[in-house]
Amino acid sequence: MKYLFHKLLKEKIMNIIKKTIFSVLASLLIIGNVYASDKIKIGTEGAYPPWNSKDASGKLIGFEVELAYTLCRYIGKQCVIVEQDWDGMIPALIMRKFDAIMAGMSITDERKKAISFSQGYADEVASLAVMKGSDLEGMKTPAGIGLSSPNSDAKKALKTITAALAGKTVCTQTGTIHQNFLESGDVGKVNLRTYKTQDEVNLDLASGRCDVALAAAVAFSDYAEKSGKPVVLVGPTFSGGAFGNGVGVGIRQDDTELLKAFNKAIDKARKNGDISRIATKWFGFDASM
Amino acid sequence: MDLELMIGSLPKLLGAAVITLKLLSVSLIIGLFIGLLFAILRINENVIINKFAYGYSYIFRGTPLLVQIFIIYFGLGQIEYLRSTFLWVVLKEPYWCAIIAFALNTGAYTSEILRSAFQTIKPGIIEAGKSLGISNKIVFYKIQIPIAIRQSLPAYGNEIILMMKGTSLASTVTLMDLTGVAKYIISTTFKPVEVFIVAGSIYLFMTFCIHNFIKFLEKKYSFNS
Repeated sequence: MKYLFHKLLKEKIMNIIKKTIFSVLASLLIIGNVYASDKIKIGTEGAYPPWNSKDASGKLIGFEVELAYTLCRYIGKQCVIVEQDWDGMIPALIMRKFDAIMAGMSITDERKKAISFSQGYADEVASLAVMKGSDLEGMKTPAGIGLSSPNSDAKKALKTITAALAGKTVCTQTGTIHQNFLESGDVGKVNLRTYKTQDEVNLDLASGRCDVALAAAVAFSDYAEKSGKPVVLVGPTFSGGAFGNGVGVGIRQDDTELLKAFNKAIDKARKNGDISRIATKWFGFDASM
Repeated sequence: MDLELMIGSLPKLLGAAVITLKLLSVSLIIGLFIGLLFAILRINENVIINKFAYGYSYIFRGTPLLVQIFIIYFGLGQIEYLRSTFLWVVLKEPYWCAIIAFALNTGAYTSEILRSAFQTIKPGIIEAGKSLGISNKIVFYKIQIPIAIRQSLPAYGNEIILMMKGTSLASTVTLMDLTGVAKYIISTTFKPVEVFIVAGSIYLFMTFCIHNFIKFLEKKYSFNS
């Protein structure tokens, strides 16, 4: 009896081991297939509406998701869009977790040291935002300033902003052009607080932990619209300089074939009016470039 | 491997390790008081007090530290009423939110460690004290507590090390501790492997120091010496 029981147990264990080995081998085979396939894997954040976000069911949506499928159609390959946290986006591309980044990533010199960029497909302006009732609301500046070669008006506006931000807690997302700008010294030394996602920035702006936040203007208007919170844009809109030269597809530096393919696809999509159409649909205005 | 980056990021990371140690020590001190208080409540014979203390340790040991931090930081920040009270002065600061979460968490574990230590004290020792005519209060403070603390040293040493690693979660609420600064450096250099190796080594070194310090205390207060 005891012997039989042992034998049964032994068989059962052997079975489990066999099954495990089989399933591991099977999954390895599947992983191998994904790598061998002709698909282009595109990484996006899924947390920066209207550029890219997720719907209620968790499906990735947004301007860049739709544009990615359009570009892949022009390239003639199938696309798989995968989600990746913003702070690991460029390392994940370099480590070949995916082949391209489309995540509202502005083309900057700093990033160009690590990866290549296609030509820009869309541009956006950045803006400061506060909650209604903040003493920053009455800030008198031009509607928009360019920082590539700032004129006297822009310089004056930067001085006004520097004075307004003094002693305030300024919040932004980690590793963004907005953080670069706030650390550039253009607006003096600010009391900066950085967050993993734009969502968290919005939450703390609404709770009052942040006196003022900096991000894409559309990110704030999107949040104000969806949450019903009284978020108000203040000061000028920013472009150029630390804010980069538009948003492009990020690609590994040694992947020149894919870079060429994306540049061609963007040309075609622009000529056919696809980029304008998709941008207008998601932004409410034509953000294409 | 980018050795230059590893060496270059060392001063910044060491500076951030000071913040980590500060977070750790402040929350351990508060947590030790909480732990001692709740351990005493746990050995109380009153059922309501006993269950209350058990409930606290059950909740804080049964949920992830990250969830606790998020509830205290982002969760409480959503309650509009709270923002108009004096509590907001404390809860507005990420630093204090992290300290509250860490202290409550380590307090729960410490209370369990101390409770089991109290319960392993041999009744004979307490009776010996009483037979010498020492009052109950003095027996508790001068005999039970010192023995319980000595008994719980090895387990408490582990708790310190776990808590030290737990402080890395402070970076999720914008604090620039060791992990926070490591992530910051990565956001501009895009080289996670190098930076995390350096940060990990600093954590390892801190663990080494804590471990040896506890070992030293254990030897010093050993019953055999």
